[in-house]
Amino acid sequence: MNIESILEGWLLNVVFIFLISFIGIFLGLLYKGFDRKISAMMQSRIGPPIIQPFRDVRKLLTKETIVPENAIEWIFNGAPIIALIAPLVALMYLPIGPFSPLLEGYGDLILVLYLLAIPAIAMAVGGFSSSSPYATVGAQREVVLMMSYELPLAISAITVAWKMNEIVGPETNPFSLQVISSNPIWGHVGLIGGLGIALIVFTLFAVLPGELSKEPFGQAKAKTEIADGVFVEYTGRNLGLFYIANTVQMIVLASLIITLFFPYQLSNLLERWIILQGPILPIVEMGVWALLVDVVFYLFKLLLIIYFGVSLVRVAFARFQIDKASYFYWVPISIIGLLGLLFVVVGATV
Amino acid sequence: MKLSKTFDKSLWVFHVNSGSCNACDIEIVSTVTPRYDVERFGIELVGTPRHADVLLFTGPVIKKTKERVLRIYEQTPDPKVVMVIGNCAGTTGVYYDSYAIEGPIDTLLPDDAHLIYVTGCPVRPENIINGVKEAWLYLEKLRGDQV
Ligand code: SF4
Repeated sequence: MNIESILEGWLLNVVFIFLISFIGIFLGLLYKGFDRKISAMMQSRIGPPIIQPFRDVRKLLTKETIVPENAIEWIFNGAPIIALIAPLVALMYLPIGPFSPLLEGYGDLILVLYLLAIPAIAMAVGGFSSSSPYATVGAQREVVLMMSYELPLAISAITVAWKMNEIVGPETNPFSLQVISSNPIWGHVGLIGGLGIALIVFTLFAVLPGELSKEPFGQAKAKTEIADGVFVEYTGRNLGLFYIANTVQMIVLASLIITLFFPYQLSNLLERWIILQGPILPIVEMGVWALLVDVVFYLFKLLLIIYFGVSLVRVAFARFQIDKASYFYWVPISIIGLLGLLFVVVGATV
Repeated sequence: MKLSKTFDKSLWVFHVNSGSCNACDIEIVSTVTPRYDVERFGIELVGTPRHADVLLFTGPVIKKTKERVLRIYEQTPDPKVVMVIGNCAGTTGVYYDSYAIEGPIDTLLPDDAHLIYVTGCPVRPENIINGVKEAWLYLEKLRGDQV
């Protein structure tokens, strides 16, 4: 390989990294707008326009950025950057619609799960470093919550990987997201296993608001109790970065659920349908249109998952106390997850 | 620092009770209810002055809250607008000449603070929304100054 082609590939990757980051941030803010509009409509309000999150971020970037006197400055300023980078990197490992991940083969589900834990840690570290007692309380709550939802999250990942191992055999890495997304799990599990997978999906949906610190698991940044908790001292640019990080995290989680459980593409179905209609419709080459259909379908799936996983739950439930939230993850949700695992195992043996 | 045009459409509001009788606070809360829904203008109630663009002060500043009011004003990042909600916040109103108060807010805040008066006892939610409009006018002026 000569130096030119290496340089070219390298350049292309850099371009793609920027492109995917940009798309991730754009989609995140867009879906945050949808989320706010939908929840406003559910409360019979008119709600902000869809582009409101863009305006908020733009405003936050122009505001004064204050670092408290007693804060540890480099940690205080570094935490939001790390919180933003982690979900962006996770996005590089996830298939987006019909496109396979950029960093395919360099990491798998386990890595993505670790990357998903980083924003919560960054929030907690930023909160501790900001020297405000409110932020300290918020950071402690964040850590408690994180330790609670990691178990159900790990159970779901392990269930999927265990089943994948059975489907694809021992040679392939069952944790690889490409493998998981090209073998939709529902077709291989039968009735009892399907019930188990449904329970696992429920577990993941229960983890979703906790990961995003949305109600009913918004204890770490509870506005009315502890004055926005971990974010109490954050202003201007730093707050804006956290804001973006949260929205990108939402996209990453929703994409992860899509990849694990709903990796279906519409274009295959459509193509088959067109072939079935063969004599009537002229056979068209799908090509670019197939990609477009898949992208639109992916965006639609994102919307559905964010609606059921975030907006609906956020409007329907009030905030738990932190001990109740922790209990909720450790006992009922973990039991549901383990039951799901059990059903999948039983379904595979009978 | 140059303000973007969209700054107006994303005002985050922090609400401080500087000694009011609580009626104005309730009227403020009613502006975020479905009937008035200020979120359609991008206005949001936030939990800390650090996130705020607009400070809502209700009530005359009493001896106990004077320090807090000044501190909260200083904690808010620039650019910021202060809305003085209610007659008693603007002029001490029904608390006129009370031994417990330190005077209306405008005598305490620094001179460069931009104040918007919303009158009424208690204020009507419509009037608060009108005050937001005046905040927009002020921000427009601020933009004009700095372009
Ligand atoms: S203006 Fe009137 S109603 Fe409002 S806080 Fe003052 S005394 Fe109460």
